[in-house]
Amino acid sequence: MSRRDVRRLVGVPVVAALAVILAAGILAGPEFGEFHGAYGQMLNRVAVPERHTTNVVTSIVFDYRGVDTMGEEFILFAAVVGVVLLLRDEREPGRDTRGDDVQSDGIRMFGVAMVGPVLLVGLWLAAFGLVTPGGGFQGGVVIAAAVVIVYVTVGYRQWRRFGRERLLDPFEGLAAAAYVAVGLAALVAGSAFLRNLLGNGETGTLLAGGSMSVLNWAVAIEVAAANLVLFTEFLESYVVPHIPER
Amino acid sequence: MSILTAIVVAWIFGVGVYGAVVSRNLIHLALCLSVSQSSTYILLLTVGYRHGAGAPIFKGVELGTPAVDPVVQALTLTDIVVGVTVTALILALALDVHRDAGSVDPDEIAELQG
Repeated sequence: MSRRDVRRLVGVPVVAALAVILAAGILAGPEFGEFHGAYGQMLNRVAVPERHTTNVVTSIVFDYRGVDTMGEEFILFAAVVGVVLLLRDEREPGRDTRGDDVQSDGIRMFGVAMVGPVLLVGLWLAAFGLVTPGGGFQGGVVIAAAVVIVYVTVGYRQWRRFGRERLLDPFEGLAAAAYVAVGLAALVAGSAFLRNLLGNGETGTLLAGGSMSVLNWAVAIEVAAANLVLFTEFLESYVVPHIPER
Repeated sequence: MSILTAIVVAWIFGVGVYGAVVSRNLIHLALCLSVSQSSTYILLLTVGYRHGAGAPIFKGVELGTPAVDPVVQALTLTDIVVGVTVTALILALALDVHRDAGSVDPDEIAELQG
């Protein structure tokens, strides 16, 4: 019996048991659609009058639970640093590789047509994150996607001009630092960490949220840079072979 | 309806874990973990759902309109971000293992070392 068969034999009952326990736990909870979490319902009532931001989810992320988001941002940061440490060390930068110029006109046309709209959607998601659905995390990912489309359109060699660590790393680090700086600025001003110093602004406009907007943009830049650093690292370890063939 | 969410969440979780148990490829293993984690998104969002309620966004919506729980939605956002970064880290580790051992099959790697 192979190791795989043993795993299957042991795995099926164990996984089934885990799934049944999980399902039983969910069924023992409140009925679907009937759970009224007091915290969430309270925030739905008070977030708009208190913070002047109409997207309650974003005001939770950047204000009510802003410290959690800082932790989350540093999980992202730490993971990116981990990937960079694993993949970057043995590479010889700048060594050119294989001709991967884009051959298909269809892909080029698609790329040229899509870059603008995708970038715009990303900026819009980030900018209006405090007003309508969206936010720094979502916007950042879409902005990074726009840059990846540039790679798809122009090929590796041209893309490498700005898909470089030297260009991306500062954004990644500084955006993470900016989040902490906003928090510390509140401490220096004599109030609690991450407290909104810039005032609330007018409800439902781009100016609503005060410090939250700064945090929102810091996260957008951080997420976009993080995604691009990850993309660059994986791409380079594929394109640039680091070890001689055995 | 509760039974349906329970089945969906338990199924996705179970499929992911089972895939990880029998996986013979580290990249496949990373994807199985992602699948398994997706069950938590569904669980969180269904926990926050309220019958007849809208999104917790009050642009052009009168305050006090019933809305679903925004806290679990914020948690789901965190969940997704952490999931993506952890997947990236696992894939980088898989790449590193492949570089050193020349294989991404956990069994083969164990044999090489043992």
